[in-house]
Amino acid sequence: MNILLDLFLTFFKIGLFTIGGGYAMLPMIRQEVLAHGWMTLEEIVNFIAVSESTPGVFAVNISTYVGAETAGLPGALCCTFGVTLPSFIIISILAGGYEAFQESTIVKGIMSGLRPAVVGLIGAALFSVVKTVFLPDGLEINPGQFGVSLLVVVLSLLIRFKKKVHPIVVILLAAAIGIAAGYLGLLG
Amino acid sequence: MAVMENENRVWKLFVTFFKIGAFTFGGGYAMIPLIKEEVVTKQHWLEDQDILDIIAIAESTPGPIAVNTATFVGKKTAGMAGAAAATGGVILPAFIIIYCLSFVLRQFEELAVVKYAFVGIRAAVLVLIFQGLLSMYKACPKGKMEYLLMAFAFVVTAFFDVNILIVILVCALTGLLVNGRKQS
Repeated sequence: MNILLDLFLTFFKIGLFTIGGGYAMLPMIRQEVLAHGWMTLEEIVNFIAVSESTPGVFAVNISTYVGAETAGLPGALCCTFGVTLPSFIIISILAGGYEAFQESTIVKGIMSGLRPAVVGLIGAALFSVVKTVFLPDGLEINPGQFGVSLLVVVLSLLIRFKKKVHPIVVILLAAAIGIAAGYLGLLG
Repeated sequence: MAVMENENRVWKLFVTFFKIGAFTFGGGYAMIPLIKEEVVTKQHWLEDQDILDIIAIAESTPGPIAVNTATFVGKKTAGMAGAAAATGGVILPAFIIIYCLSFVLRQFEELAVVKYAFVGIRAAVLVLIFQGLLSMYKACPKGKMEYLLMAFAFVVTAFFDVNILIVILVCALTGLLVNGRKQS
């Protein structure tokens, strides 16, 4: 298939079948992008940090990036347009009569199944990120990297749950720990 | 005269949502206060209640919250042209920034210092995703069906890499069969 068409259709599908904010799009992005070989999981996780540190929403950021990396400006346009179009069409139609939509028992029924689905799906995405972070080389443990990751996870949890600091602060701190460990020769 | 006014509104929508897109870090929910400030307090296009409706709609329709909200506000304020202007506006800053970054990011990732930094950063991202998961879990109603669907979605995706489309369709259908016919 034409690469631009493939990018457009894939991101159209992602936009159409992701419901909810935040990281709700991550499970589907992960599955589709890995299946197409457009990025590795490690690159996706790196990019989440970039996305958290730049303006704009994750969905648009990652679509633009995958498109640009795969097929330049036309690719970036196809992905971003594709991920946006389903929302645009659906909301344009609904904006007129959304009271009926909100009150619909069918919509409520579907949503009652989708909310827990999204929780389970993000849980699965998190599971694969945990594997990439702690066991990047399969079952062969790199003690330095494992230790650094564990330290960062514990510190980030403490900071984020004690004080509501911005994610960028946590990312910068984690970067500093990674760099220090690297130059101390701990990362092998 | 009315045409002039509408054109003016469309342009204003674009500028307003461009600003919102350019100054929000981290996603749709972070945008809501800014959207309220611009759209309700400053421009008087919509009222507080509209914003609450928009959030409810944005959460129960496909797509990113930010895009849904922009399209909705644009459509309500100035029709289809408004919807296009607001949506384009909210996307454009991220698009430009990430497109420019894409030229340097790959080379940048090759540097030793950046590689070291990302070892730490990936662990921090794990925590951010975990927090996202936690807040979604808290917001989700809980009952037998909900726990079953959560477990189902988790297990088949994490251990069997089942196509997510199928998981979503099965869960939507289950919800519909269990709760779709109840009179509320």
